Amino acid sequence: MLKGDRKLGIEDSAFLSRILTLLTLSFHIIYATIGVGVPLMIMIAQWVGIKKKDDHYILLARRWARGFVITVAVGVVTGTAIGLQLSLLWPNFMQLAGNVIALPLFMEVFAFFFEAIFLGIYLYTWDRFEDQRKHLLLLIPVALGAAMSSVFITIVNSFMNAPQGFEVLNGELVNISPLLAMFSPAVPTKVAHVMATAFMTSAFLLASIAALRMLRGSDHVYHKKALFLTMKLGLVFSVATALIGDFSGKYLAEYQPEKLAAAEWHFETEEEARLILFGVLDGEDVKYAIEIPYALSILAHGTPDSEVIGLEEFPEDEIPPLWIHYLFDTMVTIGMWLAFLSFVYVVAAWRNWSFARTKLFRWLLLLSGPLALVAIEAGWWFTEVGRQPWILRGYMKTSEAATTSGQVDLMIILFAGLYFILGVGTIVVLTRMYRRNPVEKELAAREADKGGDRQ
Amino acid sequence: MTLEIIGISVLWLFLFLYVIVASIDFGAGFFNAYSAFTNKQHILTGIIQRYLSPVWEVTNVFFVFFFVGIIGFFPQTAFYYGTTLLVPASIALVLLAIRGSYYAFATYGAKINHRGYIYMYGLSGLLLPAALSPVLAMSEGGFIKLDDGSPYLDYWTLFTSPLMWSIVVLSLTAVLYISAVFLTWYANKAGDEKATDLMRKYALVWAGPAIITATGIIFELRGHNPEHYARILDLWWVFAISFLLFVGTVYLVWKRRNYGLAFILLVGQFFTAFFAYGASHYPHLLYPYLTIYDSFTNEAMAIALIVAFIAGLGLLLPSLYLLFRLFLFDKDYVKGKSDYHA
Ligand code: HDD
Ligand code: HEM
Ligand code: HEM
Repeated sequence: MLKGDRKLGIEDSAFLSRILTLLTLSFHIIYATIGVGVPLMIMIAQWVGIKKKDDHYILLARRWARGFVITVAVGVVTGTAIGLQLSLLWPNFMQLAGNVIALPLFMEVFAFFFEAIFLGIYLYTWDRFEDQRKHLLLLIPVALGAAMSSVFITIVNSFMNAPQGFEVLNGELVNISPLLAMFSPAVPTKVAHVMATAFMTSAFLLASIAALRMLRGSDHVYHKKALFLTMKLGLVFSVATALIGDFSGKYLAEYQPEKLAAAEWHFETEEEARLILFGVLDGEDVKYAIEIPYALSILAHGTPDSEVIGLEEFPEDEIPPLWIHYLFDTMVTIGMWLAFLSFVYVVAAWRNWSFARTKLFRWLLLLSGPLALVAIEAGWWFTEVGRQPWILRGYMKTSEAATTSGQVDLMIILFAGLYFILGVGTIVVLTRMYRRNPVEKELAAREADKGGDRQ
Repeated sequence: MTLEIIGISVLWLFLFLYVIVASIDFGAGFFNAYSAFTNKQHILTGIIQRYLSPVWEVTNVFFVFFFVGIIGFFPQTAFYYGTTLLVPASIALVLLAIRGSYYAFATYGAKINHRGYIYMYGLSGLLLPAALSPVLAMSEGGFIKLDDGSPYLDYWTLFTSPLMWSIVVLSLTAVLYISAVFLTWYANKAGDEKATDLMRKYALVWAGPAIITATGIIFELRGHNPEHYARILDLWWVFAISFLLFVGTVYLVWKRRNYGLAFILLVGQFFTAFFAYGASHYPHLLYPYLTIYDSFTNEAMAIALIVAFIAGLGLLLPSLYLLFRLFLFDKDYVKGKSDYHA
């Protein structure tokens, strides 16, 4: 249905709209991931601090919260941009989707409200309560609101991958069931994976900061505590990520086999399928790849002899681009590496092995945060490009959904400039903020006026 | 009441709330810049920052609520407005983004007090209503046209339209007036006499232009959209009530009495005018293409949205109450006696 006539202009603006969507989402997702994950980290640190009566953890929570305000601000404004851009760039899609999937989008706004209100309260009531635990309570709605907003938007994205909850009759949508549309088969794995990766990424990003300070020569126990705490959390969530990622693969095998097949360069349907890692493609020949026998069958269905559908079963023009293979490999490799790294660190810290204190190892820890962000980007690009040519799988093609406006190119320049300013601004402001008020100074100041420890 | 009317009323209410809270925000930035320019900055900055800091994100969500809600209840609007608003909405987005994030950068992060920044911030507060308000003009019809089935915006007609410009001017005067009255009250609560006097002066200065431009629009409409004009005249008594409320506000501010009531009357004035305007626009979302009936979503979705809305309000109202109690109605906080920022 909804056969768009393939005018040249429409193809062009569809392509440009894709670029602008790519740009905005790739930028928003960095801040959104931090927005989902960091409140939980703050909560854990503050809770540990209250439990152990250890001021270091409380200060940790407080300093994270200060930086968090900056990233939230950019998350909010870029989110507002993508929210409006969906209608500006994909009006035909939103018109259709509005009828079926508006409910979670609408609920998402309430999650934002909830988060924004309590974030304002949390930030401006530090030390206002006698009992720290009351203050910690205020953080729960912040973390919950952020998590729920990611749940709702991921539900929308799941619908695009596995649409259901409506029927098409003579080009009209009938029998619409908003709840059925919300709980599409893609939801469980997608939501769980997005949450786990947000927590994991935030843990590694915060670990990177501690590693950086230690590389710069600080030997304060504050940083050691920070690093140990975040690496432990990183380990937990990266293992969860890998497990849930495996379920995501099984979801794909069941509901979007073309995406899995394209990601794995799996051309012919076969049993006992091998998994291809890295490599290059020469026609249909895979070169220089690492092949793991049976692994694809296991990823897809859990048993080594099961059958995995290959690309040959799909029409030429419904096969996603094959370069998503690299996106998938990037994501999985980083995931495995970070699980391994955090495992090694936690064991080493526990057994007090000295190599964990070497410069080289700290460099590896420093890189963990940026790597996790790369994995997030790779993961989203993989799902989104892997859904192509569909915007709504099986119902509407991306090219039919786009705006007919001729000015998208100018808007790309405009928004690229905006994101550049915001990106540079975030980095400058965060570094200035922490440089001006280093933790050693703040700890000394708190020592000086024990009792009332507001600044 | 039909589902369509419930839907549009909810959206209109939230748009109204956005107009009020955003006006306070935009206007505050402008007054701050203006007083920096005339070297009176120390009088206002504290007051303005204390109000804005905990609430600006909430202000933004009102806006998000509106545009997400309208696509939810009236998906067809995406087709007409989505396609045509690409450029103006993008410009507004960029302004909003720079303004919001740099407010956070400056006040929470780097403590920037550079003049250039303060001017930019103030100016963006005026550019934003100017960029957002033309949408109201567009909804009157005549600017969005169809070319072979796809809508486009006729910029030339829009930019030469007196109606568009009078709506822009109204948005500016209203922003400054709303903001000045609110800040007079807030400064008075804070016991800051200098700031109160200054804001009171601004409130009185902007009262006249606000009411004149508002009346002007009604006359512009007569030429542009006679059908809408006639419906406005039918509702003349609501506009009369609105005018009386306006007089009440000005009187109280003039007499330096009960600024809280003055602000409440002002909200009443805008509420009545806004709803009378909306009611007279009914049933059109976009003359002549879209009405709330032919663009409405299906019944199942409409009911789901309304249920979600009621549940959402149940969550929202207590939270907002808490926010206001802690920051708007808390004497110590308003007076700046307690600084508990993380
Ligand atoms: C820190 C980031 C990160 C890491 C380390 C991983 N992933 Fe991932 N992955 C994501 C971040 C991500 C994501 C950004 O969250 C995606 C994009 C959309 C989604 O649902 O989650 C995603 C999607 C995604 C999908 C596609 C789901 C779909 O299209 O519906 C699969 C099959 C996997 N992942 C599998 C894995 C496996 C087997 C991993 C092994 C360790 C893994 N991911 C690590
Ligand atoms: C209502 C929700 C969404 C809509 C309408 C939407 C639509 C689109 C469209 C049309 C594209 C272009 C496809 C392409 O260029 O290949 C795209 C790409 C993309 N989307 Fe989604 N998407 C949605 C949800 C999400 C979510 C929740 C994310 C996560 C952050 C996301 C991440 C991306 C990314 C990273 C790309 C760029 C990949 C690329 O170049 O294709 N999308 N999206
Ligand atoms: C199509 C994709 C998306 C759209 C349309 C979208 C929309 C928005 C909007 C409108 C806001 C601003 C809300 C406000 O004013 O407070 C926002 C912020 C936010 N978004 Fe997105 N979003 C998308 C993707 C995502 C994804 C994939 C996640 C999570 C993984 C996410 C998580 C958040 C969070 C947590 C915030 C709050 C700000 C923060 O804490 O950084 N969003 N988003």
